[in-house]
Amino acid sequence: MSSSRFNWFKFSSPATFYPLAGKLVPWITAVAVILIVVGLYMGFFVAPTDYKQGEGYRIIFVHVPASWMSMFIYLIMAFWAAMGLVFNTRISGMMVQALAPTGAMFTFLALWTGAFWGKPMWGTWWVWDARLTSELILFFLYIGYIALHSSIDDKRRADRASAILVLVGVVNIPIIYYSVKWWNTLHQGASVSVKSGSSMASVMLIAMLIMALGFWAYSIAVAFARVRSIILEREKDTRWVSELSEIKR
Amino acid sequence: MKEFFNMGGYALYVWGSFGMTALLMIAEPILVRNKRKVTLQSVSRYVRSKSARQSINSSGEME
Repeated sequence: MSSSRFNWFKFSSPATFYPLAGKLVPWITAVAVILIVVGLYMGFFVAPTDYKQGEGYRIIFVHVPASWMSMFIYLIMAFWAAMGLVFNTRISGMMVQALAPTGAMFTFLALWTGAFWGKPMWGTWWVWDARLTSELILFFLYIGYIALHSSIDDKRRADRASAILVLVGVVNIPIIYYSVKWWNTLHQGASVSVKSGSSMASVMLIAMLIMALGFWAYSIAVAFARVRSIILEREKDTRWVSELSEIKR
Repeated sequence: MKEFFNMGGYALYVWGSFGMTALLMIAEPILVRNKRKVTLQSVSRYVRSKSARQSINSSGEME
């Protein structure tokens, strides 16, 4: 093995990743808790009342981070799905499997908090406009992935079949993101955009970004913790699993 | 205090959103932790029974 080049594929081995993830989970969890506590404090006590929406706008501090995560997690799943198809690494399919429930949860939360925001501001819980409908389709993509993956007994085959589903579904992500521009929707335009920056007051924006980072850390911690169980189950015939101290007992 | 929980009349909507988010983001880690406990039990039982079977097989061949 050449010593000058760092071998990234080493970490794609479940035997290496399992203990690494185990060490990282408590730290990432701590980061998530701290960021979310700080974000909530700023969101409720530091950020001022909105001149138009009063206190009702504070839903933004969970709605936007949850919606971002629903899309980010899908993109990361698509990345791992592609890695799995191209390099045939075992860990890829396991990562996709570990991320899906968290992604589905954040998509549900985006829809739920959106409904609870839409009711007082637009006068309706739900409309079939482009932004809301494409987000609902994202929810069905997560559910579809979970159902397809669990319906195939051979997990390696399940990985490949559902990877294709995930990759086809990825076209939905730009549709969600640009829906407020492409169509005339009830949903407002982006609060934060790459081109024009932010249209929010800076304290509100900082509180929202801290919450988003907290949700990021939360997602990584939960996915790493979940992938450890998936690794154990799917690698139970290997020697390294039978030699783990928590398995020998 | 009462004013804070009233959220300027938006209490239902603000707490409905934050409440559901808190519920799910607390429930999910608990479910993941339970899953780990169950997986550890089942996998260690599997490994033990497999090694027991193998030692019976190999002792059978010895005779």
